[in-house]
Amino acid sequence: MSSRDALDLVWLVPAFPIAGAIFLLFFGKRIGEPKAGWIGSGLLACSFVWSVVTFFALRDVTPRAHVRNVFDWFVSGGLSVKVGFLVDPLSVTWILFVTGVATLIHVFAIGYMHGDRRFGRFFAYMNLFVASMLVLVLGSSFLVTFLGWEGVGLCSYLLVGFWFERNAAATASKKAFITTRVGDFGFMVAMFLIFAKLGSLDYSTTLPGAHTLANGTATAIALLLFLGAIGKSAQFPLHVWLPDAMEGPTPVSALIHAATMVTAGVFIVARAHPFFEASGAAGEWVAWIGGFTALAAATVALVQPDIKRVLAYSTISQIGYMILALGVKAYAAAVFMVVTHAFFKATLFLGAGSVIHGSGGVQDMRVMGRLRKYMPYTAGAFVVAWLAIAGVPPFSSFWSKDEILTKAFDAHNYGVWILGTVAAGLTGFYMAREVYLVFFGNERFRTVPVVAGGADDEAPPDANEPVGTPPTQFDTPTVSYGEPPRPVLLTGDPHESPPVMVSAILVLALLAAIGGVLDLPFRSLEALNKWLEPVFADVKPVHPPSFLGAAALSTLSVALGVAGILIAWALYKDGLRDASRDPADERLGRAGRIFGHAYYFDEGIAAAVSGPVRRAADWLAFVVDAKIIDGAVNGIATLVRKSSDQLRKVQSGLVREYALGIVIGVALLLVWIVTRAWG
Amino acid sequence: MSSSFPVLTAIIATPFVGALVVALIPKQRPELVRAVGFAATAATVGFTGWMLWHFKTGTAGMQFVERQPWIKSLGVQYLLGVDGISVFMVALTALLFFVGLIASGSITERLKGYTIAMLTLEAALMGVFLGLDLILFFVFFEIVLVPMYFVIAGWGHDRRQYAAVKFFLFTMAGSAFLLVGILTVAFLHQGDHHRLTFDLGTLTNWAPDGLSTGTSRWLFMAFFVAFAVKVPLFPLHTWLPDAHTEAPTAGSVILAGVLLKMGTYGFLRFSLTLFPKASVDLAPLLLVLGTIGIIYGAIVAAMQPNLKRVIAYSSIAHLGFVVIGVFSLTTQGLDGGVFTMISHGLTTGVLFLLVGVLYDRRHTYDIAAFRGLWRVAPILGGLFCAAAFASIGLPGFSGFIGEFLALLGTFLVHRPYAVIGAAGVILAAVYLLWAFQRVFMGRPDEATAAMPEINARELLAVVPLLGISLFLGMWPKPALDRIEPSVKALIQHVENNSNYRQPDVAKRVVRRAIAGVHK
Repeated sequence: MSSRDALDLVWLVPAFPIAGAIFLLFFGKRIGEPKAGWIGSGLLACSFVWSVVTFFALRDVTPRAHVRNVFDWFVSGGLSVKVGFLVDPLSVTWILFVTGVATLIHVFAIGYMHGDRRFGRFFAYMNLFVASMLVLVLGSSFLVTFLGWEGVGLCSYLLVGFWFERNAAATASKKAFITTRVGDFGFMVAMFLIFAKLGSLDYSTTLPGAHTLANGTATAIALLLFLGAIGKSAQFPLHVWLPDAMEGPTPVSALIHAATMVTAGVFIVARAHPFFEASGAAGEWVAWIGGFTALAAATVALVQPDIKRVLAYSTISQIGYMILALGVKAYAAAVFMVVTHAFFKATLFLGAGSVIHGSGGVQDMRVMGRLRKYMPYTAGAFVVAWLAIAGVPPFSSFWSKDEILTKAFDAHNYGVWILGTVAAGLTGFYMAREVYLVFFGNERFRTVPVVAGGADDEAPPDANEPVGTPPTQFDTPTVSYGEPPRPVLLTGDPHESPPVMVSAILVLALLAAIGGVLDLPFRSLEALNKWLEPVFADVKPVHPPSFLGAAALSTLSVALGVAGILIAWALYKDGLRDASRDPADERLGRAGRIFGHAYYFDEGIAAAVSGPVRRAADWLAFVVDAKIIDGAVNGIATLVRKSSDQLRKVQSGLVREYALGIVIGVALLLVWIVTRAWG
Repeated sequence: MSSSFPVLTAIIATPFVGALVVALIPKQRPELVRAVGFAATAATVGFTGWMLWHFKTGTAGMQFVERQPWIKSLGVQYLLGVDGISVFMVALTALLFFVGLIASGSITERLKGYTIAMLTLEAALMGVFLGLDLILFFVFFEIVLVPMYFVIAGWGHDRRQYAAVKFFLFTMAGSAFLLVGILTVAFLHQGDHHRLTFDLGTLTNWAPDGLSTGTSRWLFMAFFVAFAVKVPLFPLHTWLPDAHTEAPTAGSVILAGVLLKMGTYGFLRFSLTLFPKASVDLAPLLLVLGTIGIIYGAIVAAMQPNLKRVIAYSSIAHLGFVVIGVFSLTTQGLDGGVFTMISHGLTTGVLFLLVGVLYDRRHTYDIAAFRGLWRVAPILGGLFCAAAFASIGLPGFSGFIGEFLALLGTFLVHRPYAVIGAAGVILAAVYLLWAFQRVFMGRPDEATAAMPEINARELLAVVPLLGISLFLGMWPKPALDRIEPSVKALIQHVENNSNYRQPDVAKRVVRRAIAGVHK
């Protein structure tokens, strides 16, 4: 089989998980546990293998862009859309890590979701989630990408709300879909504008045509697309859905944060970068939003008590870095960070999942401690991922984060460089805090009284009630800042997770450790940069930095990161003496409260929606519509009746008889018309 | 069957004959009544399928035309024909009545009368979409009201009398304007040509030049009132939530799926053809009202405590997309408008059917009465979820194609309306997912926990509609290929009779000299 033949079969990459989703949706329940999980994972592994084949095939062809149309989607006037796939270094990079990481997450989930009553359906949704992401990145036009884009939104809704019996999960899933839909609005309008100006939605015509656009038009398109990116990638101000999305099962969080969904925003900006290039101002916006989000989210992560919530804000912050990179035109650096982030964030989430699984559903770090004794493999993997995310050399994030900050500095964008560098220090701190609280220090899970249930929004579950019981024992809500420590329901010691889960974590940890070699900043070793070169060939180069200057910048950000780690070590090395008192929070004082409440941004929106917005909508529905408009209608009817007193004798006042009169009238009219036919 | 087979007459006559046969069956034989009802609607589906199969792609004109003199002295003809704009409305009508009768399995009271009313209604609606003589059209347009009135008033819920009369008075008021409009057009034509005719084709050739600007605007407004009530456009919409909510399930499906489309179909078939110049001049009015409908309908839908009212108000929003698409007067806009007319019939049909399933089990539409139903009835929950996303306009379902094209077409000529309309896409998610959460998510309460899963008969009604919506979303090309020639001809007609020109990119693929993805 030649390389081109292999490229022609690229549709197999999304086809495997689509087939899995359909099959498991209908037969998942019958097949049951754990087979359904293995089928889902196996099909995804096939997809990964085919991605690798595609990668090697693409290396052999020039130019390194191959469009393969599968069928004509529709034609309407001047708009002709084909369902097709664009295989180029950018999309292949994405499908490789998406399928690879997602396969490992699926394998992990076989263990994690053990005993869930909707086990088969879970893997159907997961497969569809990955398939949507693959369509998103492989799409050959904005509209095919949008198909995957919305599919990702649907699956996040289904998976975040997978345990929909709990109101928090149900609300979080709705919030995730609606918030990202705000971004989708931008994506849609961007497509309208692109079509109006360039007459097509295909990447192969619109991207090379971007430079012909007027500056203002290009800026409008770029910023509208970026609105879409903000939604999916959880950047300020549309980041509010991501922390709440922790209500989903932990493998879902891992999938959202590492492989699917949140990297979609980075992808679309990278894919549509000619529009950003053609616009002078858009990049500036992108860089500042990214830098601001990176720093703000890092501050929020400082004081969160929930093991997953810290990671959620960490993702927002890390994606902020990638967006920052896109803003300063360091596209390859952004892609590099997406890949390394996928490795270490998947490790961290699966590690967190393993912790939750092994300690009976606890998510509150204040009641954990010294778990390395009970789950050594998880702890080891977690520590590796921690060093990677904290930017400690030679782990992966060091190289990617470093490249981004250097590029920002070289672009003379010192403001965002400062934001990013400070955030690097904070990252070191909050991740170290998490590691110490969970795996080191004192054991706190025995000191808190054992109480069934928790601070759920529901009554405590009754084990004998078949319908109302939670789907699994791990079905506990996340812990918000300001909540008292969550009581523990431990029947024995915490324990290491089963091999199926641990092996997935270890493979990912290995990738997190060595992922940095993809793009070492030494000329001959910049493999990823070279690979992506054809995609970003049109980007105007920034002045190459001196090696010494880059080294100085790296030293600074590494020093800040290490300082953060040391401060965390000083505060948390012995754990917590009192689970309800967090030293970082106490030292930060009022700022800690502001950070903990995420600047009251989400709470402010929630208050506005349930307050004034709700009242305004109520007013529209029950005053304007029901009283004024409909009232006018009924008023006219009453007026007519009252003012026709002289006709009272024939008017009985019963609507039924009015209607009858009208029916008779119509009938007579018809009779008249028909009789004229013989006339 | 040869190609001269009068298939359109068969499509109108079959349900009508069915109604006559049912009328002869004694009341004590409900099973016979049902059988005849099914046979008649199934045969109509068959004839419609035959018509679709033989429908020529790539031509704009009327097909399967049947022409007979009817009232010679008045120049009224029995004139039927179908083109790309009406062909799928006919198919949708046939499908929804077939499905509607399946869903009416829970109706046992006065079944005979119900079946007669439904079959008469189907015949009349077919006549509306096929009639090309203005009087013939008007007669069918009016006949529709009578069985619809009886379906609501006879088999509806608590406030059915109020709702039925409101429906009747509203639409009758609109029809009065329509009749005056039709007669005026015909008489003015008679004044010019000394021949009275109601033939749409003849009048279309004459009216754009034969009418003065002022007259055609007045006449446009007369037709507008009749059609705006049907759509319904804000602020003439308040009959809709009452009628939809009080009607029995199949009645709601037909109301939303077919009856509302009489309004948008009327705009396409009569307003744009007879008054092209006035349509261009007055398009901003329609665009404003359509956009208001999208936003207003969605917000009011979100606040309804009654599940059926949520879906009823959502129709106002969906039809808003149709209206702005049509009056964008671009190829994509009209394509999208016509496509949304089909799609909305399917998705809202499914939603009403599923709400009917809930009602049959609990005898309430109150959202607060349900809780956690997905856990109890996974298939019902899954179907409702799928239908909700289809209605939201998720790509992959038909709703997306229609609304996307309607908005895209509007954007090409009137950007602000398209941008505001696109915001309605967010709101659709708000009202449907919020309602879905309250009914299907959470832990089931006792009353909900006792509810049985969806049964085979109900599945049979729901699944085909959802399946077709998915098919049309995945592969809309066959449908659009049949719609588009007529749409293009219609826009050409408007352009020929006004200064309006649609942008180039709307018409044909604009080639730009750019090759390769990467330079």
